[in-house]
Amino acid sequence: MTSILPLELRGLGYSAGGRRLLSGVTVPLRAGMRTIVLGPNGAGKSLLLRLCHGLIQPTEGGLRWSGGLDEAALRRRQAMVFQRPVLLRRSALGNIRYVLSLRGVARRLRQGMAEEALDRFGLGELARRPARVLSGGERQRLALARAWAVRPEVLFLDEPTSALDPAATLAVEIAVHDFHANGTKIVMTTHDLGQARRLADEVLFLSRGRLVEHGPAAEFFQAPATAQARAFLAGELMC
Amino acid sequence: MFDLAAAFSSAIALIAGLDAELFAIVRLSLGVSLAAVAIAAVIGLPLGAFLALARFPGREVVLVALNALMGLPPVVVGLAVYVLLSRAGPLGSFGLLFTPGAMVVAQAVLVTPIIAALGRQAVADLWEEYGEQLRSLGAPRRRVIGTLLWDGRHSLITVLLAGFGRAAAEVGAVMIVGGNIKGLTRTMTTAISLETSKGDLAMALGLGMILLAVVAAVNGAAFAAGAWARRVSG
Repeated sequence: MTSILPLELRGLGYSAGGRRLLSGVTVPLRAGMRTIVLGPNGAGKSLLLRLCHGLIQPTEGGLRWSGGLDEAALRRRQAMVFQRPVLLRRSALGNIRYVLSLRGVARRLRQGMAEEALDRFGLGELARRPARVLSGGERQRLALARAWAVRPEVLFLDEPTSALDPAATLAVEIAVHDFHANGTKIVMTTHDLGQARRLADEVLFLSRGRLVEHGPAAEFFQAPATAQARAFLAGELMC
Repeated sequence: MFDLAAAFSSAIALIAGLDAELFAIVRLSLGVSLAAVAIAAVIGLPLGAFLALARFPGREVVLVALNALMGLPPVVVGLAVYVLLSRAGPLGSFGLLFTPGAMVVAQAVLVTPIIAALGRQAVADLWEEYGEQLRSLGAPRRRVIGTLLWDGRHSLITVLLAGFGRAAAEVGAVMIVGGNIKGLTRTMTTAISLETSKGDLAMALGLGMILLAVVAAVNGAAFAAGAWARRVSG
């Protein structure tokens, strides 16, 4: 199976209502590295993820996946975990079986695969529970299990822990580590700098809709090249 | 001065007397309206969901027209169905006129726009919440419609009840296509209309009370079922 990576972003931008929300983002996203997207609120982090995942069409520039697959095939190789996951009104198990059926997994295989995914994220006991009555942490773990079940080549995570307590946050970070260890490319936004330090291999730093800095995480955190990044890391208020 | 107590006592007398004719009328009314709602749901819910999701030129016109059709006068629907089903009409060969079948058709025509229009709104609201996630999961259009209808089932029950209320309450359409034939096509509403014109207001009002009770019972059952489903599935 040919890889869809690297993903090449070329002059990627998006405008809405006469405002340029993101512009001129040119960067390759390569396999194997956990890419953490950092930046102040409104910098365009979530927008960048949605453009990459294909939920929004860019208004300038573009992006190219490798492998020459069509849109539907590309979508099947990706998954996204949102800040507030939308779970269907059915059991935890049913939520995972649903996405397996979308991916064309044979009916007789779905149950076993769904149970395996739930067990991996400590949700085995809750398999029959309606997904919508789970706690916030359990819901996010179910969203991760749902992504896990489809074995994505790329996983986008948009502020996955910003509404969670420390224990649930730790569970998400462990999950990100597991995905990474299994060869899934991670592209994640966060505003938690400690989390970024723990998880990042490389950092994309956005400010006011522009890619200001891009490089290995160690360099970015030790010696940021731009004044904006230094200010951001120092915790200064930015507008 | 009209005596309300007489209405009550005639209603109670009808029920207590286990009046066979009354029960036949109640059964027919319920059967016709529920069948009409079932047909309207099968057509209207997918149509509403489609209109909630699809973007095509002229969509606004279709939506306005659909919303306007919610206000269709029952007598006009009855007349149109009458013309279609009459011996000389295009669907005359089915021999449906002045049968419960014709009443079901007329009420289904009346109720389908209501279910489609209100269903569209419910599905559109749900799409606001689900859209990104379902697109991220890669759900094709047909699956999206099925998923939204299933996940919106709590609010869609209310939509179906609105349709049922319209069907159970209308008199014009069933009167025209059914003919208010005693023992065959006489419903609660046509019976009330008849008793009123005969001057037996107590009887008419008594029937009205029973109709209200039947509609309330259907709504109560739906509410209880919805509350139970919400508790089970969140």
